[in-house]
Amino acid sequence: MKRHPTSRFNVIASPYAVWAALFIIAPLIFVVYYSFTDAAGAFTTENVSALSKYLPTFLRSIWFGIVATLICLVIAYPTAYLISQKTENIQRTMVLLVMLPMWMSFLIRTYSWMAILEDENGIINGFLANLGLPRVHMINTSFAVILGMVYNFLPYMIMPIYSVMAKLDRSMVEAAQDLGGSRLTVIRRCIIPMSMPGVVSGITMVFVPSVSTFYISQKLGGGAFDLIGDVIERQFQQSYNYNLGAALSLVLMVLILISMAVMNRFTGDEEGMAI
Amino acid sequence: MKKICSLLLAMVLACLPCATALAAPDQSEIDALRGTKLYVYNWGEYISDGVDDTLDVNKAFTEKYGIEVVYDTYDNNEVMYSKLKGGGVSYDVVIPSDYMIERMIAEDMLEKINFDNIPNYKYIPEKYRNLPYDPDNEYSIPYTVSYVGLIYNTDMVDEAPDSWTALWDTDYENRILMFNNPRDAFAIAQSVLGMDYNMESPVAWKVAAELLMDQKNVSPVYVNDEVFNKMEGGEAAYAPYYVGDYLTMHDNNEALAFVYPKEGVNYFVDAACILKGTKNKRAAELYLDFLNEPDVALANAEYICYGSPHSEVYTNPDYTYYQNALLYPEEGAFKTQLFTNLSPETLQLMSTLWDDVKNYIPTAGSGTHDFFFGEVNSGSTEQTDGKKLTPEARKYAICIGVFLLLCLAYVIFRYARKKYRESI
Repeated sequence: MKRHPTSRFNVIASPYAVWAALFIIAPLIFVVYYSFTDAAGAFTTENVSALSKYLPTFLRSIWFGIVATLICLVIAYPTAYLISQKTENIQRTMVLLVMLPMWMSFLIRTYSWMAILEDENGIINGFLANLGLPRVHMINTSFAVILGMVYNFLPYMIMPIYSVMAKLDRSMVEAAQDLGGSRLTVIRRCIIPMSMPGVVSGITMVFVPSVSTFYISQKLGGGAFDLIGDVIERQFQQSYNYNLGAALSLVLMVLILISMAVMNRFTGDEEGMAI
Repeated sequence: MKKICSLLLAMVLACLPCATALAAPDQSEIDALRGTKLYVYNWGEYISDGVDDTLDVNKAFTEKYGIEVVYDTYDNNEVMYSKLKGGGVSYDVVIPSDYMIERMIAEDMLEKINFDNIPNYKYIPEKYRNLPYDPDNEYSIPYTVSYVGLIYNTDMVDEAPDSWTALWDTDYENRILMFNNPRDAFAIAQSVLGMDYNMESPVAWKVAAELLMDQKNVSPVYVNDEVFNKMEGGEAAYAPYYVGDYLTMHDNNEALAFVYPKEGVNYFVDAACILKGTKNKRAAELYLDFLNEPDVALANAEYICYGSPHSEVYTNPDYTYYQNALLYPEEGAFKTQLFTNLSPETLQLMSTLWDDVKNYIPTAGSGTHDFFFGEVNSGSTEQTDGKKLTPEARKYAICIGVFLLLCLAYVIFRYARKKYRESI
């Protein structure tokens, strides 16, 4: 008597199902509920319609997220490729090095970037001044914020790409070489299309936290401009306006979901993935 | 040996009467609290904690009464309020500022204190009792009193400032720090404009918000606790902050100086309160009383560096800040205003306007220079009211649009190529 595979799956997955219901689905319901009610609990669309006020902030966050994601991709892809070409021992060490900064708290790492980028006591500017070069104003600019995003989220781009590349079918690459493909052609027609799933999940894992971050922009941007995460955080922490905060988060979530869905749709067809 | 024994016995005997005298009639009641827990919620760095041989107040309290203190901290009143309102936490003792106490009383969040259980309340002089936020003094016991003022770095500023307008001085672009919380930031603008901190007129709040937006021309850095690092390290020329914290910073950087601007400053009182729904009210009262023991209050005043409302502290010649002109200025030496609770409408307006201020990017003047995205200023000066995009927002919209178009073009190209290949 064969047991139905899905029923066994259900049993195994039940801990996570409970977890998801408690900590993912239930909070989402709260977010939706708060978005469409006012402080007294009555139905209103005021919060959602107040969003036009925050449109510039949304645009800024999305643009910063895109830039940070692209920079991460440009840095991470070759890195992941090079790591995957090494022997297993070296690979392990290099992966460890990539992960190493993540052993430290995200907050502390971001805070220490302040010390690196500062004008007077900053390490970079101190170095420049010692060489007799002019100081560069870096802290509290959008450059610093994007740098912070790239620095903090780069491992999230490298890891998924690397793990896909490490499992690439070497025989495919060899076959391409046997058929006379140049080095570039092999990469273009073979390695890139096959590593696309890693790229997609890397983009998701960098873009989503970049768009919604608030700590980085507060510390490295000096609060000179808001990202949407700052506005949301302020509604919950300072203004005690859960309704507006929830509405903003809801819109952010919907935007991210849409962009992820679109991206998955167009990278999903394996045919013609070559650039 | 015999001598020592008799000496010890004499001491014990001598101590006995005072021990019984100390033991108030409710001693058994206090003993019954042994082993219970007391949840305290206070500002960060706001209690003597035993570092550098100072008194560890919470530990001393536990040793004395056998009550375990569970201690948490917050950054500002609003965070504390949101956390308590949001539910899921229950504290017994909390130390908010004046206007927040008023709000919490109004919202029935505080428990009346039984002052019979606080004998040390006698050390709080008349002038710190019955303050406007708690007119009948039923809910709070003053913990610290202090002022906001202007800190400046004498290495960068030649002439001592006497006005808040120094924070609008374009000569110090990128070198000016600003409060990252709306109430304190607005108070500075209101001082400059000669307004009441507690006004309810929406128009007046908007005028103050415009002044704060105007400040963006000097690219102020909005800070909370980072002010310490930045001022001590000489990163900034000006910062508005609390006088007590200035004293701490001055210890680490002699070049810093402090002034009470002529337009007036915020005077504030942080006071200890007991929260409604406390499960250990008697222990909470013991704690409040303990905070006002002369040696505990002195240790706290030395550690926090804020003004103390405790008569045994500020009259103590051994106290480091005894008669300190900044901490204990003469009455009427400069204009001061207390915060009071604002109506919900005004609070709502203030947070909306604060969002506007934070989001505002100046379009005229030198503005923010930004080598990553180039100059962000050009074009008209209309504000972020959502109807028309600012030039900056338009720029981001165009960037995002171009990016999406590129993606779309690539997808179409792939689709076309796929079709072409299929047709071969």
